[in-house]
Amino acid sequence: MEEQGSCIERKLLRAKRGPGGPAQSQMQVPSGYGLHHQNYIAASGHYSQGPGKMAASPLDGQCSDYYSGLYTPPAQKVAASSTASHEGAQQVYSGGPPAPPLLGAPPGLVPGASSTASLMHTSASQPYPSFVNYYSSPAVYTANSSAASQGFPATCHYSVSTVSNAVHPSVCYSSPPPGDPYTRVFTSQNALVAGSGREGSFPGQNAALSHPSALGPLPSQQHQQQQQQTLSGFNTLSWSVPGLPPAQDNLLRNHAGSVASASNSPAGPVAVSPAGPGMQNVPPPRPVSTVLPGAPSARGPPAGKYPQESAALGTQPSELTLQKGMQYGDYVNNQASSAPTPLSSTSDDEEEEEDEEAGVDSSSTTSSASPVPNSYDALEGGSYADMHSSSASSPAPDPAPDPDPVPAPTAPQSVRMAKPFGHGYPTLQPGYQNAAAPLTSGVQPSGPVAFQQYPQYPGVNQLSSSLGGLSLQSSPQPESLRPVNLTQEKDVLPTTPVWAPVPNLNMDLKKLNCSPDSFRCTLTNIPQTQALLNKAKLPLGLLLHPFRDLTQLPVITSNTIVRCRSCRTYINPFVSFIDQRRWKCNLCYRVNDVPEEFMYNPLTRSYGEPHKRPEVQNSTVEFIASSDYMLRPPQPAVYLFVLDVSHNAVEAGYLTVLCQSLLENLDKLPGDSRTRIGFMTFDSTIHFYSLQEGLSQPQMLIVSDIDDVFLPTPDGLLVNLYESKELIKVLLNALPNMFTNTRETHSALGPALQAAFKLMSPTGGRVSVFQTQLPSLGAGLLQSREDPNQRSSTKVVQHLGPATDFYKKLALDCSGQQTAVDLFLLSSQYSDLASLACMSKYSAGCIYYYPSFHCTHNPSQAEKLQKDLKRYLTRKIGFEAVMRIRCTKGLSMHTFHGNFFVRSTDLLSLANINPDAGFAVQLSIEENLTDTSLVCFQTALLYTSSKGERRIRVHTLCLPVVSSLADVYAGVDVQAAVCLLANMAVDRSVSSSLSDARDALVNAVVDSLSAYGSTVSNFQHSGLIAPASLKLFPLYVLALLKQKAFRTGTSTRLDDRVYAMCQIKSQPLVHLMKMIHPNLYRIDRLTDEGAVHVNDRVVPQPPLLKLSAEKLTREGAFLMDCGSVFYIWIGNGCDSHFIEDVLGYPNFASVPQKMTHLPELDTLSSERTRSFLTWLRDSRPLSPVLHLVKDESPAKTEFFQHLVEDRTEAAFSYYEFLVHVQQQICK
Amino acid sequence: MAFTFAAFCYMLALVLCAALIFFAIWHIIAFDELRTDFKSPIDQGNPVHALVLPEYSIHSLFCVMFLCAQQWLTLGLNMPLLFYHFWRYFHCPADSSELAYDPPAVMNADTLSYCQKEAWCKLAFYLLSFFYYLYCMIYTLVSS
Repeated sequence: MEEQGSCIERKLLRAKRGPGGPAQSQMQVPSGYGLHHQNYIAASGHYSQGPGKMAASPLDGQCSDYYSGLYTPPAQKVAASSTASHEGAQQVYSGGPPAPPLLGAPPGLVPGASSTASLMHTSASQPYPSFVNYYSSPAVYTANSSAASQGFPATCHYSVSTVSNAVHPSVCYSSPPPGDPYTRVFTSQNALVAGSGREGSFPGQNAALSHPSALGPLPSQQHQQQQQQTLSGFNTLSWSVPGLPPAQDNLLRNHAGSVASASNSPAGPVAVSPAGPGMQNVPPPRPVSTVLPGAPSARGPPAGKYPQESAALGTQPSELTLQKGMQYGDYVNNQASSAPTPLSSTSDDEEEEEDEEAGVDSSSTTSSASPVPNSYDALEGGSYADMHSSSASSPAPDPAPDPDPVPAPTAPQSVRMAKPFGHGYPTLQPGYQNAAAPLTSGVQPSGPVAFQQYPQYPGVNQLSSSLGGLSLQSSPQPESLRPVNLTQEKDVLPTTPVWAPVPNLNMDLKKLNCSPDSFRCTLTNIPQTQALLNKAKLPLGLLLHPFRDLTQLPVITSNTIVRCRSCRTYINPFVSFIDQRRWKCNLCYRVNDVPEEFMYNPLTRSYGEPHKRPEVQNSTVEFIASSDYMLRPPQPAVYLFVLDVSHNAVEAGYLTVLCQSLLENLDKLPGDSRTRIGFMTFDSTIHFYSLQEGLSQPQMLIVSDIDDVFLPTPDGLLVNLYESKELIKVLLNALPNMFTNTRETHSALGPALQAAFKLMSPTGGRVSVFQTQLPSLGAGLLQSREDPNQRSSTKVVQHLGPATDFYKKLALDCSGQQTAVDLFLLSSQYSDLASLACMSKYSAGCIYYYPSFHCTHNPSQAEKLQKDLKRYLTRKIGFEAVMRIRCTKGLSMHTFHGNFFVRSTDLLSLANINPDAGFAVQLSIEENLTDTSLVCFQTALLYTSSKGERRIRVHTLCLPVVSSLADVYAGVDVQAAVCLLANMAVDRSVSSSLSDARDALVNAVVDSLSAYGSTVSNFQHSGLIAPASLKLFPLYVLALLKQKAFRTGTSTRLDDRVYAMCQIKSQPLVHLMKMIHPNLYRIDRLTDEGAVHVNDRVVPQPPLLKLSAEKLTREGAFLMDCGSVFYIWIGNGCDSHFIEDVLGYPNFASVPQKMTHLPELDTLSSERTRSFLTWLRDSRPLSPVLHLVKDESPAKTEFFQHLVEDRTEAAFSYYEFLVHVQQQICK
Repeated sequence: MAFTFAAFCYMLALVLCAALIFFAIWHIIAFDELRTDFKSPIDQGNPVHALVLPEYSIHSLFCVMFLCAQQWLTLGLNMPLLFYHFWRYFHCPADSSELAYDPPAVMNADTLSYCQKEAWCKLAFYLLSFFYYLYCMIYTLVSS
């Protein structure tokens, strides 16, 4: 087939080039990396193309309206008129003599029923493969960690159908479920039917929201145990230990007896019955999967990564009997009163509103599982599924599960609940803060102390919350508060990587809390009031990495997704169960009913243990959403590539790399059988490629009317990947050489984007734009704004903002049609990234920039492009996504950072979501948090997976509230704070000026340290005192000031600067930190000391060095890990053993200047070095490019600019910076 | 009792002021809907945008007319707002006034509350000026 392909291609080429073209040898590039040389073929008969040969059809005007420009569905569109009219006009490659390259008016373009132009950000999904990955299962599982399959996505698909009898809960955990497949298990689904049915009709009927009446996948659920049980009766329930018999379960209480029995003996019948209804539509391999007990080490590649956590886990058994906080008997009653707070029934909809039919929600309380056709709303809005309401209205299909045990005890309870009490919001979270010990301070006695202190009576929220604070203070000062005299401390940078501080919660909550990799807050102790926050002078915000690649993730399929009725929060580990039938929302404090279905725990197959359900045992879960969460059927994966083929682009040769990557990864593109793909190229005209199945070779259709772009043919431009795979391959093989002779230097990017938008708007999807120069024609053309003489100016840096709104508007239109635009800018000169980036910023795309890209002259860039493309093409992708962030009442979000469009105050519209996207949110405290001792944040990301399945990924983070300034300082997460500040500084430099932003950064350090000095620290000596938690703050801020985005005085190209800013805004914290403050290691003396074992490889762990030339010695070799690039610096006196054993050269002089790979030598030190490098690489999505920098080579400036602690002509050294800060403080 | 140009100005201003009041209320409602999520800023933006330019031009028209009619006090009262409008117009993002309320930015809680406050203040101003114009109109009609 390859053979055939190239054959056709050659024919094409010849035909295209016309007579006289040299028979060009086709370069079929071998795969693998290595750049192949692009032979630049002398322009022999480049096909000339007269401008304006094409008359625009007046009809197109209709299409140009973005909003209504819905393309008519192919089905209707095959109308004879269109095809016929093209006949003569369009140029077919093989069509012999170069006919005028243009084509006929597209008559068929009249927008068909362009009804649903409205934003649709949801779509249907069916239960489908439950592909689970998740990092570690919470410590709960430690008992059976043996079963954890490290590293793999340990997804055990729990098959309900195999349920045989009641099983003891703990047994369930430890026995790895039989059919536990790692990697993706595509469970066939009922959905498939719907899917295929939908496929044909898909593009056409946007209007008709055909809700696949996907029967909700059945309720089967999973696992887990323990969690807040705020029950009356027992004040201190012994917190049950994982793996202990249920007898110790929290459920002990008044009616514990009955419940317990429910979970044991009667469980058999009960448990199985709910599965009954579901079984008919769902085949055995249950999508419900539970996470295997990932031992702590299972977390991500660097296994040793969470030392503290594993430590914590280790100690856990000893703390088994952490009491569970107070249970106020009477409190239970308060709930009733507090819940219905101000939220009237109408306010329920407040969030649903979102799109439409709020009304539906109010109709709530009834037939649950049946999908109400129009009660979707965007993220989370939907699924009002009544289940929440009264327990009485049990889902129709399963009458079985209400057997006796439960009702009896609950009845009295509910009666009591009804009594309104006048209390405020009781904070019933289980044992907050009692085991306060922050990891650093070791296990404190405060656990037991707090235990005794907990009052058993209600109304003491204040007391308890202050106790929370006390526990910290009364203990010997925690490590994070230890004052550090920065001016005297020589090595502030620890030799091991800096970990996120662990919130000061009790053990149980700590275990359940969200991974800091996904969700971090700048202050892990939330100040009680805005005044306190202002005093601390620290930024408060969240850093999110919501769609991170996880190795383990519990996926839940359930008819009802249990959510708070008033604030729509998803049930999470931090809610409190008042009794078996009610839970209290931890964000708005409303008391909700536990739906019947939720009472059954599929994991333990027991009934009546809602607190052990997976949703309540994991702070990161993924739900398979029902049709309530769809505005339209889930879209297929649609990829469109828009390629610049002007002379500049051809000269740079990126097409070869791209096409090669695409050919290699064509089968790995995420998607299902509906996946569609299309290609467009542009120079001064726009070329479309018809790849319709049945054609013998791709047809190129050229539209030269760039002022009024239209689609030349209604279908065949976006084709099914599988049906037209051959044609696609032919095209990809031909593309790199098709334009080799072009002399067209103009670039009509704007019109090409408009065309791409039209092409994509019926479905949405991803547009990848490759651009190599300033757009110079048509809409959105740009002028060069950079004055090269100003590059190193210390004064004003201009033009950080867009020059035109064109790209922003386009992005907003795209966002409205669920289309994301990803920009790859490969340019050697100024291309006004500041303007171009807008197309990705507001459409939730991503931006890649390859300055001075050239496929042969700059092989490292080419290699980087190739690696990036590999990742880009194969990584997970979510379509038509929305993300909503909720936080406990009293906190509010006010500014978001990242690439997205803010749809409403807490809702981000993300046309696409990818695993490398990070977000930041600034928070403010609107109401005092005196009523509560814990605050929670929940991110819910609703997206359509590439398999056409609607999913919701929910992360919940829980943090303590503190009332003293010292505690606020003790809990600072300095990395998160720096990243948030960087985001804020980018905004500031665009809206105000760069120097303002720099001042603001410096002031952030000055203010926080002086606030600390004047209020908390009682040391009077002259140095610059910072709490240990903040000791890295000045260093990081200095690094930030020297970062490309913010530096002044050093020659920085405007595009480089803007790109750095874009990265700051859109990178997740882990990557951003490496960018700001790279890691430096000495690698010529790697030893196995302290090495970790990863997949039976030994990975040495050299200590981190501070970024200063003083650490470099001529005798050594050093590795700098900057995130997207590795530098290995070799001193000219470098040990010859190292050079020989690792680099494979006899001596220093013979090492080449440009070396990008380490040879695989069979020596110990080579092995160590390579395993260390591999280990570093594996921990990040983009495989970084390696640069070898010899001491005398000119490239060393690039290396040295990252040594942020050193002085440069234009910037302070670290010590000078400290002195400067100190002076500012003293002023 | 004479129908002077000044009186005509006030009459016209009175009518147009009613329109401005309507615009201000429109804005308030629009932002409120945004805040409560009833609408998407993209959709929402449009009607708001549509009204920005008319509002500014109507208000400038007043000012020109009062200038011609030599109503210095009235003109003086309107000057601050006029300057504010000019400032807004020339400082709006990038190149089109249509985006005076920038859809991506408007949902920022700070921006939104600023816009709301602005709308309320304008409403108050227009209401007061409405009565002021009414008074002045009668006054000029009666006095001259």
